[in-house]
Amino acid sequence: MAMLEITDVSKHFGGVAAVDSLSLSVEQGEIRGIIGPNGAGKTTLFNVISGALAPSSGTIVFDGRTVSRLGSSKIAALGLVRTFQRVALFHDFSVLRNVMVARHMHGRQGLFGAVFRASGSLVRANERRAREILEFIGLEGAAEELARNLPHGHQRALGVAIALAAEPRLLMLDEPVAGMNPAETAEMTRTIRRLKTELGMTILLVEHDMRTVMGVCEQITVLDFGRKIAEGGPEAISEDPKVIEAYLGAEDFAA
Amino acid sequence: MWPTRLALALVFVLLVTAPFLVSEYYVEILIVLLINTLLASSYRLVTTTGDWSLCHVVLMGAGAYATALIAKLLGWNFWVSLPLAGLAAAVVGLSVVYPLLRTKGFGFFIGSFAVGEFVRLTWVKFHNPFGGPRGMIGIPTPELGTIDFFFATPYYFLTLIVVLLSLWILFRIDRAPLVGDVMKAIYMDEELAQSVGVDVSRYRAIAFMTGAFFAGIAGVLLAHRLGAIDPHNFDINTMVYLVIWVVVGGTKTFWGPIIGVVVMTFIFEWSRPLLEWRPLLFGGILIFFLIFMPGGLESLGTKARSWWSARQSRSPADTPGGTPRPAPSEPGE
Repeated sequence: MAMLEITDVSKHFGGVAAVDSLSLSVEQGEIRGIIGPNGAGKTTLFNVISGALAPSSGTIVFDGRTVSRLGSSKIAALGLVRTFQRVALFHDFSVLRNVMVARHMHGRQGLFGAVFRASGSLVRANERRAREILEFIGLEGAAEELARNLPHGHQRALGVAIALAAEPRLLMLDEPVAGMNPAETAEMTRTIRRLKTELGMTILLVEHDMRTVMGVCEQITVLDFGRKIAEGGPEAISEDPKVIEAYLGAEDFAA
Repeated sequence: MWPTRLALALVFVLLVTAPFLVSEYYVEILIVLLINTLLASSYRLVTTTGDWSLCHVVLMGAGAYATALIAKLLGWNFWVSLPLAGLAAAVVGLSVVYPLLRTKGFGFFIGSFAVGEFVRLTWVKFHNPFGGPRGMIGIPTPELGTIDFFFATPYYFLTLIVVLLSLWILFRIDRAPLVGDVMKAIYMDEELAQSVGVDVSRYRAIAFMTGAFFAGIAGVLLAHRLGAIDPHNFDINTMVYLVIWVVVGGTKTFWGPIIGVVVMTFIFEWSRPLLEWRPLLFGGILIFFLIFMPGGLESLGTKARSWWSARQSRSPADTPGGTPRPAPSEPGE
């Protein structure tokens, strides 16, 4: 059975079907891309999977558990963790503190532990793990910097580090290279590949930047008007007439 | 770190010697000041998650009423009733916050006022056991061996010990990477906090209940000093003062509300000759801070520090390319 099994999911806003009876399955260890023109329902789908929005109908099963009626924090606790399209950080914390606070699920301190230092070793173990994650992402040198002072590329990378701190088994990346310059984009693409090769992470990727999607995804699902119009490997997708039609006029697809 | 330590040591020496340096009248004021410090600091814990409550003073009242009831109906002494009444306030806090967790921001602000008034009006309406509008009298003075806590100085030291211990616990909670930081994280970005598995309602409830517990402790200290309490002690007037203290001091750091209480208590005392003008004065101060210093007095510290570090980094090499770094304004610094 697939790791993430989405069956017949719809999300309506009034009369508009932002996601229309969509089915999708993601296998363990796969990097799956979701693309589509603006307004195709990618972000809505993302919000539905992560529990930020409840689906109007259909079921979502993660690792054999139905998660379509759970809140976002419970879904995250099960190991299905997302990042955000916007720069989502705890801006007033240092980089290290951002990652440490995101590890709260993996080291509940409790009030008494906090007050009487009973959990000192727990905090130290947490910090060690947080530094490992920063090293993986390449932010170990900026650990003491305030998150709000980082350059944009590093802020986006920190967003991924925060998600990793929650120890996901399936990571959902929402336009991870949005607003990045070419160097930052290349760095993030490398990081996404390493997530798979070095950590064996399963990844669901929503992205606008075609080069990134084609470069890292093995399987791509194309949405248009909330429906799935194509699915397959990068070559097949880029030659699919329905996909080309959906993107007609969107010049970045030609790249 | 050493300037902070030095300042704390100095404050401690001052706190211990103060009752021997000033008149009895001022010792009474210092007792109330200490109690209000705990009230403001416990309120800050609630605000770290972004919940500005308007019923915190009512929760202090819950502690005060609880200790009065314990003393008068059960006859138990102060030392037993101090933690019990704190717990009672925490329980009242939980039942108050439970419906409020569905709201946030302005809704929470107004909703907390409504449920707070509901609790307070039960004290007004039920003569038995709360004494109605006239409240409860004859709350006994604590006893311990031969020490007579009727006098101001012994009670001052009792208050000092309880308040310092409570502040230390609040400080530890604030600094805990996996408790206090989680609460601040909720305030900074609730959606992001949820995405890494933070049960936001749970942490909001923990912050509110813990704040209620220490507000209750403050209420116990107040009730046993005054000997009599009534619903007026805990009405919106007092709540507005509490809000002014924390706005003047700031809530970003642990020290902000404490600085606010101290400064405003002195202003309150000095403005005694202007009795009728006091609400105007305090309103003016509130507006001044909201407009010109929204970070409160504590923000002066961070501003001074960033000015100093900018000066330091500029002086040796005078690097034109280096951008001056903004204030190192970590919450809980």
